[in-house]
Amino acid sequence: MSVERLFHAPAVPAELLIRGARVLDPRSALDAPHDVLVRDGAIAEIGAPGTLPLPDGADAIEGEGLHLFPAFFDPHVHLRTPGQEHKETLATGTAAAAAGGYCGIVAMPNTAPTLDSAPLLGALRDQAAREARVPVGFMPAITRGLAGTDLTEMAELRDAGALGFTDDGRPVVAAGMLRRALQYQRLCGGILALHEEDPSLSGHGVMHEGAVSARLGMEGIPSISESTMVARDSALAAYEQGRVHFQHLSCVESVEALAAWKAAGAQVSGEASPHHLTLTDEAVLSLDSRFKMNPPLRAEADRQALIAGLRDGTIECIATDHAPHARHEKEVPFEEAPMGVTGLETAFPVLYTDLVLPGVLPLALIVERMTAGAALLDLPTPTIAVGAPADLALLDLQASWEVGARGYASKSGNSCFEGRTLRGVVRLTVAAGAVVHRAETPAEALA
Amino acid sequence: MTPEPRHLLSIDDLDRPGIERILDRAASFAEVAGREIKKVPALRGRTVVNLFYEASTRTSSSFELAAKRLSADVVSIRAATSSVTKGESLKDTVQTLTAYDPAAIVIRSPHAGAAQLVARWTDAAVVNAGDGKHEHPTQALLDVYTLRSRLGALDGKNVWIVGDVLHSRVARSNILAFARMGAQVTVSGPPTLIPRGIEALGCHVAPTLDRLPEADVVYVLRMQNERMNEAYVPSLREYATRYQVNAARLQPHQLLMHPGPVNRGVELSADAIDSPQALIAQQVEAGVVVRMAVLYELLAGTGTVPTVELTPEAVAAA
Repeated sequence: MSVERLFHAPAVPAELLIRGARVLDPRSALDAPHDVLVRDGAIAEIGAPGTLPLPDGADAIEGEGLHLFPAFFDPHVHLRTPGQEHKETLATGTAAAAAGGYCGIVAMPNTAPTLDSAPLLGALRDQAAREARVPVGFMPAITRGLAGTDLTEMAELRDAGALGFTDDGRPVVAAGMLRRALQYQRLCGGILALHEEDPSLSGHGVMHEGAVSARLGMEGIPSISESTMVARDSALAAYEQGRVHFQHLSCVESVEALAAWKAAGAQVSGEASPHHLTLTDEAVLSLDSRFKMNPPLRAEADRQALIAGLRDGTIECIATDHAPHARHEKEVPFEEAPMGVTGLETAFPVLYTDLVLPGVLPLALIVERMTAGAALLDLPTPTIAVGAPADLALLDLQASWEVGARGYASKSGNSCFEGRTLRGVVRLTVAAGAVVHRAETPAEALA
Repeated sequence: MTPEPRHLLSIDDLDRPGIERILDRAASFAEVAGREIKKVPALRGRTVVNLFYEASTRTSSSFELAAKRLSADVVSIRAATSSVTKGESLKDTVQTLTAYDPAAIVIRSPHAGAAQLVARWTDAAVVNAGDGKHEHPTQALLDVYTLRSRLGALDGKNVWIVGDVLHSRVARSNILAFARMGAQVTVSGPPTLIPRGIEALGCHVAPTLDRLPEADVVYVLRMQNERMNEAYVPSLREYATRYQVNAARLQPHQLLMHPGPVNRGVELSADAIDSPQALIAQQVEAGVVVRMAVLYELLAGTGTVPTVELTPEAVAAA
């Protein structure tokens, strides 16, 4: 019997005919204009442009000049619920996901209280079934209260719908503790997603350790704080034949460690965030707390290593680590500000603008990596194929918009791309067969 | 020439002519300081707020005195006695103070970038009186002023900055300022207290004092007791053995500086502090005139120093 692991509010199944959009799905080798017919929330037919008739009761959407992708999947977001609903709620976080072209997101457990018990997971499932605009999955904690000392009831949590487990925001400091979780994984399954840093190396660091932190007199978080833990935990995973996923990789040394352990046969995977792929610690010279997150923005060589890792598949997927904070919480001196930036609404446009348009990475690869997170969690990959549930993102890649100029769907505005003009506007998002975001004109897409 | 800066947040706000203009202005104020009545009416009717979130003796008193000698009304706020202790945010505090329409806000904060933030939230000119371990630009200016008074131009001079560079905002501002004035800057201290990547500021790094005799100026930083608890150095005794500047290490031709307060017997020996080469008292003295010059440059523009009574209107127009 399969356990349900994604939850969303009831919605009317879509009846749509998207005409003539350039359909790009790297996995089904589609990359040409097509008509795509959605009936009862599923893809019913794919045909040559202008060939599919509009059924009664279906909406026609002119897709000419637009791109149709499988909708994106984000394995790493913070929805701040329960306990910090002033930053984000299930409703606003999933609205941001819909606006960003996502059909699925995974919420982290560093809430207040920590998501570390089946009753709390049950309450969140119920809440998601009322409020979530796009499907949400939950990753409870590996250790109770994220304290690093006692395992959560992983088997019961898995039965209650846990996608996997993570202490995100913190590392599992003790190797012995992680080893127990890996052993327990054999019983209950579910990936262990790891936020890697060694607190004895990170200290009270607030940014990347390097020339910029030296200039600003701020305590640095050295790259080796992350990479030594990636290496350690890969070794543990290999020894226990377990499966771990490294969250938000940020530096050369981590990518090298991941590649080496993959080559050695360990079941390890990695993600990178749009901000680590497009920004460096130079941005922190502004002393603007919108550039503060953990792991921190690192050096150009690190950014290049992440891009190379994404290109060659060492890094499987893109995850935003969407981390909303209220304005007043971020409007403090850099060292005092909380870690984290939002990302759901800007992920694709920033990668398209900064990596695809300059020719650094191909469009198809970005689409592939923005949908690959689902498979890591044993979920079906969003795909454009007849019979598949409609998980679609229709984008205007010619249109541009200014980040933040018209506010955000997220409850928080701590975007490190605020004020940037980006190419790529999401015109329509279909998630789990329902229209969750729609803008008829470019102007409305921005509203 | 760079445009007139509205704020002094970092030494990076000033090019060499900008620094020289402030030093020249300070020199003309030094003349006033020699008189019996030490006041000039340049800022009469204008308000200067000193907002100090950290303990400070030299910096706060010299800013206060500088503003008073320019005839400004001065409000000094210390975190320990203000509503900051009731949890008021920096932004709310600044917005409250802005209601008094200050011409300038002088801020000292334990956090890097605090002065930049204040500048974003107020129309007043903002002077950074020390932000975290980031910068302390008026200290650098008064140090350059002190050295220039003694040596003339700094071009080609060797300046060594010795000690806890990692935790020192003075070190960062001074590396930038000394280098901008043409000096060769070397930093030296225990490797645990030299930040990785500091060379990018335009200095050399020397792990020992072996080449200290090359220095024309030895600038010693304060070594705080708590660094020992954080395992940056095994003991102050070992630190002193390797890095203390004392009569044995100091060459007769060298000038000695320290931003204060000094830990006698740790980073400096008593004989070094009391030697005629030490400029420590001159640095403190320079603090007032240099801060007068900074406030004057930001608020009163670039006229000649008014030495006669001016009307408030004329001052406002200056």
